[in-house]
Amino acid sequence: MSISFKVNGESHTVKIDDVNTPLLWVVRDILNLKGTKFGCGKAACGACTLHVDGEAVRSCSYAVKFVEGKEVTTIEGLGNKENPHPVQQAWIEEVVPQCGYCQPGFIMATAALLKKVPYPTDEDIDNNIINVCRCGTYYRMRKAIKRAAELSSENMETETQKS
Amino acid sequence: MVEKKKISRRKFLVRGGLGTAGVLAVGAYIFRNPIRRSILNMVNTMEMSYMGETKNPMVWFEILKNNTILLHSPKVEMGQGTFTSLAQMAADELEVPFDRVEVVHAATATGNIDGMSTGGSTSVSGLWQPLRELAATMREMIKVQAAVKLGVDIGSITVKEGMVSADGRSMTYAEVAEGVTEWPEVDVPKLKPVSSYKFVGKPIPRIDLEDKVFGTPMFGMDASAPNMLYGAVARPTKIGATFVSADTSKAAEMPGVVAVVEESDFVGVVAETYQQAENAKNAISIEWDAPNNLTTADIESMMTVGNGKSTIIQKEGDAIEENDDRVEVLEFRSPIGAHAQIEPNGVLASVEGDKVTITISTQVIGITRTEVAQRLGLDEENVNVIPTYLGGGFGRRLHTPHAVQAAVMSKAVGKPVKYFFTRKEEFQHDMFRPPTHHIVKGRLDPEGSLQSLEHHFVSGDVGNNSVLIPNFVPPILGADIGSIRGGFVQYTGVPNHRAVYWHVQLPFATSWWRSLGLLANTFAIESFMDHMAHKAGKNAMDFRMACIADDEMGKRLKATIMAAVEKAGYTEEVTNERAMGLAASVDAGTPCAQVAEVSIEDNEIVVHRVTVALDPGIAVNPDQVRAQCEGCVIMGMSAAMHEQMFVEEGELRPIIYGPYEMAFMKHAPKEIDVVLLQGIDRPGPVGEPPLGPIGAAVGNAVFRLTGKRLTKMPLRLP
Repeated sequence: MSISFKVNGESHTVKIDDVNTPLLWVVRDILNLKGTKFGCGKAACGACTLHVDGEAVRSCSYAVKFVEGKEVTTIEGLGNKENPHPVQQAWIEEVVPQCGYCQPGFIMATAALLKKVPYPTDEDIDNNIINVCRCGTYYRMRKAIKRAAELSSENMETETQKS
Repeated sequence: MVEKKKISRRKFLVRGGLGTAGVLAVGAYIFRNPIRRSILNMVNTMEMSYMGETKNPMVWFEILKNNTILLHSPKVEMGQGTFTSLAQMAADELEVPFDRVEVVHAATATGNIDGMSTGGSTSVSGLWQPLRELAATMREMIKVQAAVKLGVDIGSITVKEGMVSADGRSMTYAEVAEGVTEWPEVDVPKLKPVSSYKFVGKPIPRIDLEDKVFGTPMFGMDASAPNMLYGAVARPTKIGATFVSADTSKAAEMPGVVAVVEESDFVGVVAETYQQAENAKNAISIEWDAPNNLTTADIESMMTVGNGKSTIIQKEGDAIEENDDRVEVLEFRSPIGAHAQIEPNGVLASVEGDKVTITISTQVIGITRTEVAQRLGLDEENVNVIPTYLGGGFGRRLHTPHAVQAAVMSKAVGKPVKYFFTRKEEFQHDMFRPPTHHIVKGRLDPEGSLQSLEHHFVSGDVGNNSVLIPNFVPPILGADIGSIRGGFVQYTGVPNHRAVYWHVQLPFATSWWRSLGLLANTFAIESFMDHMAHKAGKNAMDFRMACIADDEMGKRLKATIMAAVEKAGYTEEVTNERAMGLAASVDAGTPCAQVAEVSIEDNEIVVHRVTVALDPGIAVNPDQVRAQCEGCVIMGMSAAMHEQMFVEEGELRPIIYGPYEMAFMKHAPKEIDVVLLQGIDRPGPVGEPPLGPIGAAVGNAVFRLTGKRLTKMPLRLP
């Protein structure tokens, strides 16, 4: 069977025998985008978080058949060194990562949260950012999430002034 | 017919010891107890020196054409920030800008192989002297070579920011290095004064920061190769299960299966995709002999002081006598802990003829190479181990024998084979933090000073039965050098004090878990000290100060306690329904004190703020030292307040995050203040010492709020 969808703005058609294969493995092993990580395979840790039509999804437990016609964004498509996403910029300013393995999942989860809740309270952060970080970078992450909210609103103001 | 194979689970987990390098090789003389104690004390406090190549800069540095210096690190980067600190040290002595140093993992083929491991919080402290000397030597070699190329006297050469200059002419280091096939040998020059360093001591953003934020670094799990196949290895779910027989006929017929690999110590499958390999593995029908239905209660009852073998590891003055009614006694317990690192153990092996390439997240590069070479009957030089970034280490990757299994599977199919653990396998086949039990006793004099303090504790294996500790060592030492970390009484100012270690052999594998015995031992001793201070009617800080000896370590410990108390504004009053708890520890020569500010909300312990005072000596990168303190606080809180593996029906459970409760964002303190002291003029260990005090600090704060002493990890309100 073949499934067509966009990944980071590019159209892909993937041939796959088992349409119940988790999206994670299609992204990692067929499209060779390794930034999205495997942690548990049961949607329990969030290391595999990416966006499907802007919503945070734990891709290890999301069958590829569900992305037909949709847009997928991975950490590779969120931003780059020249043009970082505000969440990535904030992560850099606060020097968040240690081992770094869980970080793409957290960054994707945070980017999705800020779209819905531009100025998250501590409670919003606690209730929505529920991935697992074993190095214990939560303390810096919380600061970075708040900084990202500031950066996003600054960006929006700049956009508004331009237009 | 399927051949019957008798394999104990032990054999799945433990392989023969390594060489004897760096470990005591003295005979029976050591069995004499006073000598044994002094050696144990030394082992407990010493910082391990680096055990690899330290003389040849060419093994460490490569000067690239763009005038960047590539540093081939034999230490792996697992989040602890070692790459950044090594680059800082090298840049300062090389006289190059910081951003001209790039750090990569040294593949074993480059020759820069750590004789031991990345672990024990020793990477920066152990390389402080040798790496700066190597860098300074490299700099001098560049100067000598530049003098030849420029045709000037070496005395007229100056170096600055990756450039050599003489007589108004200048060259980049890369230009000096161009075409050089043999470098001049030079003596190791005198190192620069630390005060003159531009990068050492500065909070430079970590070198891997941007890559990790954009998702580009390669971890072991990300390794791939052309024509790569996927492997999977069948594992039992029950503790102590031994292999009886396997029926692989169904698995062999599954879609995508390329081969079934049956060896004397494992049964695996190789297939075209990951899912196919997992499906085929699950179709293998294995008969295991699973002789037990153990429960957590069985393990706790085994793990009780008085069981197993004991060694007095510390002894001063008299023992507390039985039936002395002035003696206070408290018992403490800690549970089985899982590493739960997010990147599963995994490996890519490629066997081509007599050459093997292993790409892997490991903390033991050299041992992994040796194991693969031995199994395949090859010279070690034919096995190239390429380390990657680690998605968490925490001691879990101090033995990575799955490299051997992947290599065997790759050889069987003639193609590269990648294989990694499922999360269930990670949880059931972890090398767990052993559960512990502690009896702490103390006696006050009439003035409320502590006259006697004893710590009796029992643990399973930490260092014993691991590949890092040769088998002959434990009987000589009489104690496991991992279990005893933090088990010594640090209050050597107390006239009568002792520590007695007991060892019980558990029916499942336990081993190195970040900070080893430190977290549980400190939880017991420091909760007890708080109890005694309360009994004596004294402030927790003053009471401790009076018990600390006035030697060098004692002075540093006192200073950290005072710094934490001052920064936190420590008080024993309950203010706004919040209370503070104090605890301190010394690990591997690094003292740490912490104050936790805690409240109880909806019958749950909430930690609002933690103050950490740490004396790591010179902080090569103060920001990353802080990051280690923050991470240790949160990982330590997770272990002390949330985590616990259970034994049910002979199985280790749970098998997934969530049911294995851990600290999430919502549990992390919103404030973590770190105060760094510098009590010595060199870098000391950092990555584990701050994990010691947190459990006791939280428990002691809860006591202030409730009057109830928490004696069991994970901490639960009564």
